[in-house]
Amino acid sequence: MAPPAFSPVGLRFENIDKRYGGLHALRGLSLTVAPGECAVFAGRNGSGKTTLLRVAARLVRPSRGSLRFSNLSSGDEENPVRPGFVAHATMVYDELTAEENLLLFARLQAVSRPECRVEALLEEVGLSDRRASLVRTFSRGMRQRVAIARALLHEPAVLLLDEPATGLDPQGVAWLAEAIRRLRDSGRTILMSLHGESEISSLGTRAIRLDAGSVVADTRTGATFRSILTFADA
Amino acid sequence: MSLLPNAAVLLDKELRTEFRSRELLATTIVFILIVIVLFSFTFDPTSDESRRFAPGLLWLAFLFASSLMLQPCFLREQHNDTLSSLRLSVSDPFAIFLAKLTANTLFLLLTELLLLPLFATMYNVPVFSVLHWLVLVFFLASLGISIAGTALSAISAQARMRELLLPLLMLPLLTPILVASTEVTKALFDRAPYVQWKGIGFLAVFDVVFLTALWLFGEYLLEE
Amino acid sequence: MAKNILAAALVFLLLAAAAYASFFIAPTDAKQGLIYRILFLHVSSAWTGLTAFLIGCVGNLLYVWKRQPRWDWLGVSAVEVGLAFTTVVLVTGPIWAHPVWGIWWTWDARLTSTFIMWLLYVSYLLLRTLIEEPDRRALFSALFGIFAFLDVPLVFGSIRWWRTQHPQPIVMGGADAGMDPVMFRVLMFGWLAMLALMTLLLRQRYRLEAMRSELETMRHELEAA
Repeated sequence: MAPPAFSPVGLRFENIDKRYGGLHALRGLSLTVAPGECAVFAGRNGSGKTTLLRVAARLVRPSRGSLRFSNLSSGDEENPVRPGFVAHATMVYDELTAEENLLLFARLQAVSRPECRVEALLEEVGLSDRRASLVRTFSRGMRQRVAIARALLHEPAVLLLDEPATGLDPQGVAWLAEAIRRLRDSGRTILMSLHGESEISSLGTRAIRLDAGSVVADTRTGATFRSILTFADA
Repeated sequence: MSLLPNAAVLLDKELRTEFRSRELLATTIVFILIVIVLFSFTFDPTSDESRRFAPGLLWLAFLFASSLMLQPCFLREQHNDTLSSLRLSVSDPFAIFLAKLTANTLFLLLTELLLLPLFATMYNVPVFSVLHWLVLVFFLASLGISIAGTALSAISAQARMRELLLPLLMLPLLTPILVASTEVTKALFDRAPYVQWKGIGFLAVFDVVFLTALWLFGEYLLEE
Repeated sequence: MAKNILAAALVFLLLAAAAYASFFIAPTDAKQGLIYRILFLHVSSAWTGLTAFLIGCVGNLLYVWKRQPRWDWLGVSAVEVGLAFTTVVLVTGPIWAHPVWGIWWTWDARLTSTFIMWLLYVSYLLLRTLIEEPDRRALFSALFGIFAFLDVPLVFGSIRWWRTQHPQPIVMGGADAGMDPVMFRVLMFGWLAMLALMTLLLRQRYRLEAMRSELETMRHELEAA
């Protein structure tokens, strides 16, 4: 596959605060993710991982603070960066086929030569033979593959994965790990939230633990990967 | 500007999805049919009585039906959280609304036109000679209903008791459409049919006002 | 505290003066006798209600723009106060109509439109009770409030036009046609008194909403902890 045409992009969260009424999901969180970094986020349910990723995806508007993307080569701010986002929900239509879904999103994002791109991605995620089947008929693992294909349509420089291995069988997890490895090695910046250690967490180049909406541990500032992922209480 | 191409792609999706299952169209048509039949028990459908009451009944039936038909509009997008992927993919969130309101207008128009012959037969009103004007009224009114209804369904999808809430929000808001459409239709069903241009103009004004409001504020309806 | 009592006293005085004026200063109407005087209450309440809804819409727009809770507080307070005045309009309408026309409800254009407007804003309040999360509740009710306010002129316009197709007794027809100058001045003064009452009620309701909001935030924080 030809090397993707993008330049690595970093993220900077500046004092991100998000409240849902009385629920303080993110508390003045500041964090910089370097271009090409593969950052793993760990933390209990409710620690703010999902909210942080959704802020990065620009789906959630922070109550305060800002998010910036930065392009490595030019050093400029480049705002229309569209991260690829994979969550627990597949974000594709059950009533459409795999191919129809991908074509839809490809056309919306003005991907050039959408049919070719969709063809290539279906091939890459191993769903070519099921392209004309309704997503409703897919297993959890297959749906996840469609979701990942969807996220990659526009060749994003940044990928956001929110507990991507949920509901996958060991085969599915192995496939996912390999896919993420390739994406990481191609220079994409990846932010993933995970629960505990696994094949996938070991792909990370950095680990960060969140608790109650704040960063409490970071491999960058000395904590070990293992301690962050296994919630060893400091 | 990619607003229109995006809206076109999304419209294709809306139409494709609906025509594959036809569940929305089928249930809406049957509902309007039931309402029309029930209404017939409330008065004696002689020719003159019909001319007086039928237009109002027709539009009431359409309004009630639309307040039910528009429920799934944004509710559907909660399943699998497809609203998020749409928001991620489009450059202008208004494209999502534009596509949905266009699709809803088409669905409403389709059900109205399908039921018109039946209605005309049951209530003894002459529609053939004024058909093109009726289509115009149907279109303008359905457009207004869809614009407001699509916006409000985005709101009700996020609230409790949404099945009851959408009609509650929609029906008072759409009173002007009920009034204007009924008057124009009544004039068209008259023994000497004529076109109520004021009414038609009024419907057009309603459509423009709410389309503009939706264009200005739509993105906030999708916010998280 | 003293300021509150002073303000309330002032409003009370204004209202009392307006009431006095409507009974004793305004001239007698030849056709309708005493009952027409309800016009001063009816019309000034209508205008005050609309003023309150306008303030509400401004609050709604400001909330959508600035996202500060106080605009939401202003929005809901204005709607509630507006609804109170609108209810007065709906009640005084039949009270006026009955002795004059012998019927309670005349489907008069303005009264009917007022009823629809009342329903619209009741829906606004109902919407608020059905969304639990405070920021979303504020945003969505603000957006609905804006739509509702845009709809008000359309409602009044359509029903007025419709009703001219089918003439019915017009309640307060005198308010439209030329009015006796003394009556007009009494009406204006009455409106002023009503606006003062509206401002007082608005302030109180706003403060109440501010406190309630703070309480809600504290409760949520306790529950989350």
